[in-house]
Amino acid sequence: MSDGAWGPLESHLRARRDAGAKLLVPYITGGLGEDWLDTVRAAAEAGADAIEIGIPFSDPVMDGPVIQEASDRALGTGATPQSILDELREADAGVPLVVMTYYNICFRMGHRRFAAALKAAGVAAAILPDLPLDEVRPWAESADHVGVETVLLAAPTAPDERLPRICERARGFVYAVGLLGVTGERDQLAASATVIAGRLKAVTDKPVLIGVGVSNAEQAVEASRVADGVIIGTSVVRRMLEGAGPVGVGAFVAEVREALDG
Amino acid sequence: MSLIDPGDDGRFGEFGGRFVPETLIPACYELEAAFKEAWADDGFRRELDDLLRDYAGRPSPVTECHRLSDELGLRLLLKREDLNHTGSHKINNVLGQALLAKRMGKTRLVAETGAGQHGVATATAAALLGLDCIVYMGEVDMKRQELNVFRMRLLGSEVRPAASGSRTLKDAVNEALRHWVAAVEDTHYCLGSVMGPHPYPWMVRELHRVIGTEARAQCEALLGEGRVPDVVTACVGGGSNAMGIFSGFADTSAELVGVEPAGGAAVGHGIPGVVHGMKSFLTQDEWGQVTEAESISAGLDYPGVGPEHSFLASTGRARYEQVTDPEVVDAFQLLSRTEGIIPALESAHALAWVSRDRGALAGKTVLLNLSGRGDKDVAQMMDLLG
Repeated sequence: MSDGAWGPLESHLRARRDAGAKLLVPYITGGLGEDWLDTVRAAAEAGADAIEIGIPFSDPVMDGPVIQEASDRALGTGATPQSILDELREADAGVPLVVMTYYNICFRMGHRRFAAALKAAGVAAAILPDLPLDEVRPWAESADHVGVETVLLAAPTAPDERLPRICERARGFVYAVGLLGVTGERDQLAASATVIAGRLKAVTDKPVLIGVGVSNAEQAVEASRVADGVIIGTSVVRRMLEGAGPVGVGAFVAEVREALDG
Repeated sequence: MSLIDPGDDGRFGEFGGRFVPETLIPACYELEAAFKEAWADDGFRRELDDLLRDYAGRPSPVTECHRLSDELGLRLLLKREDLNHTGSHKINNVLGQALLAKRMGKTRLVAETGAGQHGVATATAAALLGLDCIVYMGEVDMKRQELNVFRMRLLGSEVRPAASGSRTLKDAVNEALRHWVAAVEDTHYCLGSVMGPHPYPWMVRELHRVIGTEARAQCEALLGEGRVPDVVTACVGGGSNAMGIFSGFADTSAELVGVEPAGGAAVGHGIPGVVHGMKSFLTQDEWGQVTEAESISAGLDYPGVGPEHSFLASTGRARYEQVTDPEVVDAFQLLSRTEGIIPALESAHALAWVSRDRGALAGKTVLLNLSGRGDKDVAQMMDLLG
């Protein structure tokens, strides 16, 4: 693929990586608190390379208790996919935005409408963790059509033959699932994290980021010795739930950024 | 028309599939291959048949309801799954899955349960075969079915509360899936209905096919060679007992009727969606958020339905009726009073429909799958009826 064939997210992440940076993508639950959009901007200013925006779903099977609670709270205050996308349109974060949600949100709206809605909100890419490679094609083709990149996950349980097929279909980056389990903070980075990242790096030159179970600056650094970068979700969302606000989240992202820049 | 087997994409028409996180995909393929191999193996089939006969008490009889038939003006036959060991049809599925788990080298079962019938059955199979077992159950359901919670613990299983969302069956499925994502290497998810990702809807139907096969022969013995009931009916939450009995009559002239609770009528609302690994009809709001089912019976308190039911509804081979909680309570008392059989609240849904539509059913022969016994519901009904 030539440069021109990559979408804006992948081009941006490749450029940062090729300039020697380790990539940092915080996750923020959309619609969580009145200042969530300020938190998005604060995370961008603190050195995030892209930001994952969670559109809350009633039944988030890949998420642990913290992101479940954040989703429930956001839904409880009336957040909808459209209200979150409408707000994102005004975000002006200065870095690519990636929506993370579950497939039924997309399916209900319809593939073409959902892809168009993301595009209209200035969202570069989508992650749908319950839409595996085997089922992704109808959505991914609609997304390709309007230039929304579909990030795919690769799990530690995947046999070798599956990884190149995932990488081939993935756009933006490849999301290496760091452990067997759901999102949540862990005391240590699981050994499986760098193993799956290494297996992916061996078969693709797309950016490979580790998410799920990357909890702090130290673990981000450890993960990034093999991977091109990390996604940090629960540690960010927990701070939002605890009322850290844009300033507190910005400080945390800055701390991880600094550690990664070493 | 016989029931179809889903192909490589795990579909019944447009429904079904494998909508689970990447982590679980290899486990789905592994399970599919293991089940196909076991199901074609005479040794496995014999082992399961022996357990169903000598341990679970199969075949279950078909009972003709003379007094209630007179009262309703039709001929009512009950397939007595309530007489199985553990008190419901659920034992058919769990014995098969537990044997399969052992064959696959798994050491632990994880399961979800609503009313507790599937949880008790799974705990029973785990005890019998020496497997560890963890059952997730919604906090609300743990309160309304505390006897079943105690039963599961007595059987050596761990019962964990599902404290998220509506704290009922839907959330117990979420927790079981989350658990499986973390423990997939040594744990088999013993799913309790014809739902979830492929191969579960198909595999669980095959494990319950024994209900329909027996009932077909039993009906012939009662009605005469080659004769089948006019109507075959069963309650539908996820829909496993209904698929079990439908499987014996799908290729006949019998009308197939599934009965859903009005408060969780996935087929009745007719909106397709994707949750818990499958594409199927799903109660949800305009944005795709899954709505919380509300039914008097914990076992049917589920916003989705097995994908094959969605398929049968869309082709018209089966139709789906909805009944209200008060109609169910009436049916619960009706069967108790006229036949001396206290049905599970779930099974009482099917009878509630037969009773309500007795005018249209006048003179017809109706086979109803009495999927479970009502002992577990007696305390709840005592509070309600005083």
